[in-house]
Amino acid sequence: MNWDFFTQLPKPVGVVGGGMANAIVGSFELLGLAALIGVPIGVLGGVYLAEYGSARANSMLRFVADVLNGVPSIIWGVVIYGLVVLRFKGFSAYAGGLALGLMMVPLIMRTTEEVLLLVPNGYREAALALGVSRWKTIVQIVMKTASKGIVTGILLALARVAGETAPLLFTAFGNRFWNHSLSEPIAALPLQIFSYAISPYDDWHRQAWAGALVLVVTIFFINVLVRLLTRGRITGPT
Amino acid sequence: MIKTQVSLQAPVAPERAEPTMSIVEPKTSNDADEATAPAFAVSHLSVWYGEKPAIQDVTMDISPKAVTAIIGPSGCGKSTFLRSLNRMHELVPRTRVEGKVLFEGDDIYAPGTDPTAVRRRIGMVFQKSNPFPTMSIAENVVVGLKLNGVRNRRLLDESLEKSLRMAALWDEVKDDLHKPGMSLSGGQQQRLCIARAIAVEPEVLLMDEPAAALDPIATAKIEELIAELTKRYTIVIVTHNMQQAGRCSDFTAFFYMGRLIEFASTTKIFTNPGERQTEDYITGRFG
Repeated sequence: MNWDFFTQLPKPVGVVGGGMANAIVGSFELLGLAALIGVPIGVLGGVYLAEYGSARANSMLRFVADVLNGVPSIIWGVVIYGLVVLRFKGFSAYAGGLALGLMMVPLIMRTTEEVLLLVPNGYREAALALGVSRWKTIVQIVMKTASKGIVTGILLALARVAGETAPLLFTAFGNRFWNHSLSEPIAALPLQIFSYAISPYDDWHRQAWAGALVLVVTIFFINVLVRLLTRGRITGPT
Repeated sequence: MIKTQVSLQAPVAPERAEPTMSIVEPKTSNDADEATAPAFAVSHLSVWYGEKPAIQDVTMDISPKAVTAIIGPSGCGKSTFLRSLNRMHELVPRTRVEGKVLFEGDDIYAPGTDPTAVRRRIGMVFQKSNPFPTMSIAENVVVGLKLNGVRNRRLLDESLEKSLRMAALWDEVKDDLHKPGMSLSGGQQQRLCIARAIAVEPEVLLMDEPAAALDPIATAKIEELIAELTKRYTIVIVTHNMQQAGRCSDFTAFFYMGRLIEFASTTKIFTNPGERQTEDYITGRFG
């Protein structure tokens, strides 16, 4: 593994060297797309569960979220393949991002709900007693108080889907070149690792190992970031 | 800008409910006639939590610019009564209300009345001091104005100093305004919460055992503050502490088992109670 690994495109079969620059960038693009879809839906869902929903609606929603959490990731890939890839006649970064984003929704929803419920009711009451509307109370007081927890949940969900290969197989598909448009197939680290690892070439095997290292280190740093964030967590008076 | 704020002028109550008390001594009043109109006219108020009745058939008038204390044993409904005065009890799901609460003539339970608007005029201070943990002292005080849409820096600064002065906290914190609100002591935190409540310029302050978690010195400060605030605000205070009710209130209501047993001037309640139960409670025979 050398600097080329981060800057070069994959070389054709038989040519030694080359890198996974396109896959590294592609992975981040996919994660960005996934966050764009998963974060708003997940956070709003969590807010609904914690602040609005009736007991019955909540237990149903929680059940659905927990089931979705347990769905094998390849199923997400197949579902998006059926719904998006076939309809639009092509693999694309959008489809890959959508698959990862939908996987993030239940994860973020449940963590958001949990941290919002940790915010003492006294703060909600205090804000409401000032004549602040319900929605402003939730956004400006409750979510602000729980912001570190919410961000933590989002990062953990990102770390979780960053290493997913299966949902990308039939959606983002992979690409040996730079991706120029999000409606085209895009490379991603886990995909590249997968295809290199099952190849018969020693050089590609080495690259797969390097890719795995980069992926693990990235996820490790996300987790370290989470640790740093949660260390100074404010829980309020008891 | 200021439209979003509450105007300080109290509208004259259109329909004057019978004053329960004949000896209302208004502390500040420009208009003797207005002074006899109660701030709150509560009639036949009952509140249920689910199937469980919390208070039943309470009728009383609360005088403006005076301190009304509500005493009674735990679970007698005094907190529920207090919360029903600005609809805070509605945060508990499945509550039901019957009867009427007129605040300066307006029925706060009338259909179409926004509880947020009610609470803007009727502020509340809680037993557990609860400054917002993410905010500094200064931000805590003006948060109510800010979230109600006041953006003018000068107005906010003025309100900050005025509210902290009124809460008798200015001198202690004026050099640390940017420090977190949670860095203050318990008593200071409670006064910070009072400052936060008066910054939005309500007409009434409801206090739910504001000194229950404080030491005697901090309690004394809160009581002094109440005596000072009553010049401008109608205050209703729930307390477990009968001495406190005796010291700082003008009127006292005794609740027992969800019913209003007796309501009279504090002097009368403590020296010559009309009901046997009141006397027993005050002399410590039960409760």
